[in-house]
Amino acid sequence: MQIKIDHLTKKFPDTVAVDDFTMDFESGKLTALLGPSGCGKSTMLNMLAGILPVTEGHIYFDDDDVTDMPPQKRGVGLVFQNYALYPHMTVLENICFPLEIQKVNKAERIEKAKEMAKLVQIDQYLDRLPKELSGGQQQRVAIARALIKNPRLLLLDEPLSNLDARLRLEMREEIRRIQQETKVTTIFVTHDQEEAMSISDSIVLMKNGVLMQVDKPQELYDDPKHQFVASFLGNPPINMIDGKINEDGDFELLDNSTVIKLNSKVGQVGQEVVLGIRPEAITFDEVKNAKAEIIQRYTMGKEELANIKIGSAEIRVYLSSDYTYKTGDIIEITLRDKGVFLFDKESGKRL
Amino acid sequence: MAAAVLGSKKKSGSGIFNTKWEPFIYLAPFLIGIIVFTLYPVINIVLISFKEGYRQITGAFTGYGLGNYARILSDPYFINALKNTAMYVIFVVPISTVLSLFFANLLNQKIKGIAIFQTAFFLPMVTSVTAIGLVWKLMFNDRIGVINAVLGLFGVEPIGWLIDPSMNIWALIIYGIWNMMPFTIILLLSGLQNIDPLYYTAARVDGASSSKQFFRITVPLLAPTIGLTCIINMISASKVFGELFPLFNGSPGTAYNLFTVVYYIYYEFSVSRHLGYAAAASIILFLIVFVFTMIQLYVQRKWKYY
Repeated sequence: MQIKIDHLTKKFPDTVAVDDFTMDFESGKLTALLGPSGCGKSTMLNMLAGILPVTEGHIYFDDDDVTDMPPQKRGVGLVFQNYALYPHMTVLENICFPLEIQKVNKAERIEKAKEMAKLVQIDQYLDRLPKELSGGQQQRVAIARALIKNPRLLLLDEPLSNLDARLRLEMREEIRRIQQETKVTTIFVTHDQEEAMSISDSIVLMKNGVLMQVDKPQELYDDPKHQFVASFLGNPPINMIDGKINEDGDFELLDNSTVIKLNSKVGQVGQEVVLGIRPEAITFDEVKNAKAEIIQRYTMGKEELANIKIGSAEIRVYLSSDYTYKTGDIIEITLRDKGVFLFDKESGKRL
Repeated sequence: MAAAVLGSKKKSGSGIFNTKWEPFIYLAPFLIGIIVFTLYPVINIVLISFKEGYRQITGAFTGYGLGNYARILSDPYFINALKNTAMYVIFVVPISTVLSLFFANLLNQKIKGIAIFQTAFFLPMVTSVTAIGLVWKLMFNDRIGVINAVLGLFGVEPIGWLIDPSMNIWALIIYGIWNMMPFTIILLLSGLQNIDPLYYTAARVDGASSSKQFFRITVPLLAPTIGLTCIINMISASKVFGELFPLFNGSPGTAYNLFTVVYYIYYEFSVSRHLGYAAAASIILFLIVFVFTMIQLYVQRKWKYY
C-alpha cells in the first residue's frame, strides 16, 4: 500500500512536532523514520497509526483519506517500543487478541495465530506468559500480534531500542526477513543511523519536525542534500570545517591560515561555507589539495585512524597502516570527489 | 560499631549490658506493650472461652470444657447473628465492589475537574461514621425520608426501613454498601493507575471497544487488587457493628432481630455479663476471619502476572 502524506502538521501546545511534512512512502518497502530524539518521528508514526489527531494536512492510504479515520479502521499493525504485550494472556492469546476483537471464530484464529507464531519463530512458546520470555521473544510476539490481522501497514516504534546489542543485531535481521516474507509496507522509527542504514529500503531523515531528506540508505550517505544529513549519518562522523570561498574558488579557513584546494569549484567568492570531509575521503596520493600535520594516530578495532591538523582545523581521517607517518610529520593530503561536500554556512544546504 | 567495641573494653561484664540480654532491653518497651495489650488478652480470651461457670469479679470457674460454645451455638440469637452477618457480607461485599469498580473507572478518566469528583467520593472516609449514620437514619425515615420519597415517585408504598423488623437488614446492607465504597474505590483506583495506558492504546489500534477493553484488559489486570479488596472488605464486613448504632438508636434492629456477631459479643459482654459466651463468640468470629485471610493469601499468590 502506498502512503501519501500531504502537508502534514502536528502542533502541541508549546511545540510544533511535525512541520508541513509532505512525502510518499513506497508500497511493500521497509522505510526508516530516522532522526535525533525529539525530531517528531514518533509523533509521525502515531499520526499514521491514528493514535494522535492531525493538526493540519492529510494522510492517504492508497486513495483513502485516513486523516480522521480511527486507528482500528485504518488496518495498521503497531509494535510498541516496550511491546505492550498483555501480561495476563499467554503468547497464543496475545497473538489471537486482534482477531478475537474482530470476532473471528476460535478455531480459525488459533490456526492463524500458530501460522504467525511460526513466521516469527516463537511457535514453541505459545503457552507461556510474556514475563516468561526474553526481550527478543517478546518483540517477536508483538510483531506476530501486529501482523495477524493482515495490516495494510506495519508500524514499529523503536523496535530494537529495548534489546541488548547482540539481540539487536539478530532482531533487525529478523525484522528484515519478516518484512520481505510478508511484503507488508513497513515503517519503523529509530534514532540509530546504523540500524536504519542496515535494514531499510529507504530512510526518511527528520529534524525538528521537518523532513530533511528521503533516499536509499547509500544515497543518503553519498549524496546528502543538507549539512545535517551529512553530519547525522556516518561513524566515525564526518568532519566539518568552517571557512569561506577565496578568489580562486577554493576553500579558505576563517582565520586565513590555510587554503584547501577544491576539486569542483561550486561556491561563490566570499561566501561563508562549511566543508564536510568524510574520514575515508582523504588520501595521500599525487594530487595535493592541502598540507596537514599528523597530530595523533590510533587504532579502533580493525580500523586505523589519525587526527590531522590543516591550518587551525583538526580533523579525523582513516590512515591505512601502509603509511608510516609519525606524529608531527607534515604531509600532503588529497581530497577524493566522493565524500567531500560543501554546504552553505547559513542555510546548511549543499552547494 | 567501633564505639560499642571500645565501650565494651572499658567496662567489661558490667551488669546486663554487653551480654546477650542487652538487645532485650531495647526491645522491652515494645514487647511489654504487645504482651500486656495484645498477647495476654488474646490468650485470656481463648482460656475464658473454655472456662465453665466463669465469674468475672472473682475469676473463679468450675472447669474447662466446651460448654460456652455449646451454649451459644444453640442460642437462637447467636444463630441469627451469624445469619445476619453472613447476609451482610454476601450482599455488601460484592455489590460495593462492583459499584466501586464502576466509579473507580469513571474517576480514572482524564477529564477536567476530576479532582472535585474524587474528593466528593472520598469525603465519607474522613467523616464520622456516626454523623453519616444519623443522616442515613433520616433518609431511611418511613415518613419524611428521601428514600421513600424517591421510591414513591415510582409508585412504591412507603417502606418501614427502620421500624419494620423484616426490612431492618436491608437498611443496614444499603448503608453498609455505601459506607464501604470510598475505601474500595481508593484501592481500586490505585490499582487502575498502575495499569500501563499503553495496553489500552494497543487494544484501541486493534479495535477493541471500551467494554471489551474493560473486561479483557482492565478486569484481569485489576484482578489481584479486586481480590485483595474483596477479602479486606469481607473481613471488615464480618465485623459489622458500629453501623448498627446510629440507625437503630443503639439496639440491634427494631426487635432485637438484627444481632450481628460482633454486636452479640458486645451484648453478652457489656449487657448480659456472660464473659464466657462473649469469648467463645469471639473465637468463632476469629476462625471465620482466619479462613478468609487464608483464602486471601492463597489467591494473592496465584494472581501475579508481573
